[in-house]
Amino acid sequence: MNTTNEQAHGRNEIEDLLPWLAAGTLSRRDAQRVEEALARDPELARRYEMVREEFADTIHLNETLGAPSARAMEALFAKIDAEPARAPKASFNIGMRIAEFFAGLSPRTLAYAASAAVLAIVLQAGVIGGIVLNEHGGAGYETASAPSTAPGVGAFTLIRFAPQASVDDINRFLESNKFSIVAGPVPGGLYRVRVAETELPKADLNAIVKKLQENKLVGFIATAK
Amino acid sequence: MQTTTDDVLIARIASGDRLAMQVLFARHHVRVYRFVLRLVRNEATAEDLISEVFLDIWRQAGKFEGRSAVSTWMLSIARFKALSALRRRPEEELDEQTAERIEDQADDPETALAKKDKASVLRKCLSGLSAEHREIVDLVYYHEKSVEEVAEIVGIPQATVKTRMFYARKKLSELLKEQGVDRGWP
Repeated sequence: MNTTNEQAHGRNEIEDLLPWLAAGTLSRRDAQRVEEALARDPELARRYEMVREEFADTIHLNETLGAPSARAMEALFAKIDAEPARAPKASFNIGMRIAEFFAGLSPRTLAYAASAAVLAIVLQAGVIGGIVLNEHGGAGYETASAPSTAPGVGAFTLIRFAPQASVDDINRFLESNKFSIVAGPVPGGLYRVRVAETELPKADLNAIVKKLQENKLVGFIATAK
Repeated sequence: MQTTTDDVLIARIASGDRLAMQVLFARHHVRVYRFVLRLVRNEATAEDLISEVFLDIWRQAGKFEGRSAVSTWMLSIARFKALSALRRRPEEELDEQTAERIEDQADDPETALAKKDKASVLRKCLSGLSAEHREIVDLVYYHEKSVEEVAEIVGIPQATVKTRMFYARKKLSELLKEQGVDRGWP
């Protein structure tokens, strides 16, 4: 096939699809192909206008055909009533049941269901994560490179991180200062953070808090017991 | 407001839900009627046929596997019923030559054009197409069926669907030309 023939072939193939483009029933890929051809070929675009006229007038013609009388529905239900009673189906289509179930839910119910599903996934992830950590000898949640220490031992602060602080920022902050989160977040977005592995004199702990108040990642900090 | 999908209605109909049948009928009967009417060209016959079409849907709902849209399945049944009805009364079937000719030939093309706008001439010519061509034009333009769906309803290969649509449009252009409207195509 020479180039001209190939072009002619491609043109016909594209032109054949114009009625479906007008009706909006082409696949996205085909529609894009036809639209690109229309953009570069004025003659094809002129023919597409013809197709659009046919499309509009076919709809108009069909819409003027009227509708059947109530007789059609009456006849149908008279025949249905005369049918033998239908026994309940022994088997059921599980796919259809699921489709029916979801179709019956309101958008609000679906949103609640989705939230519940997300929560269930998060909880499941937490449980699995906990099992994995325990299997690897971890005592629980640890952050950065903080050593594992008994929860009640050390010096503690309550910190609320700045809203713009990312998880990476917080991890780096904890790692560089050898801090670890031992609890939280509690209401108010506060975390209980161990700032020393041994108990510190009050003045020393206040000095740490004062220093950390200057850190842009820290939105709020206070000493904790 | 949320509407129940056709697939769900069919599942309910399969279990004998009469209300689901009423909803499906209300949703589709006008389009099915128009599709049948364009084929059989007789309103009373078309009305009788749509009750038969929906009775078949009532009976066969349990066998519907959802491989195609419910509307595509319904139009397949409607087409089968319409063609069977036409075969039962061949003496009433329009002669193809007559069907393809435009009925109102009293005016010459110029007068016809002067009297009517291009759109009404086009609609008249659409009515003058053969049953086979009317069917494909309606399925594509009015019933918004894809190439694959038309192939399924009519029972022909997809390539034939495109070819048939092309020849239907070509015939339409010829009829328009006879009426004094030269579209410069094909």
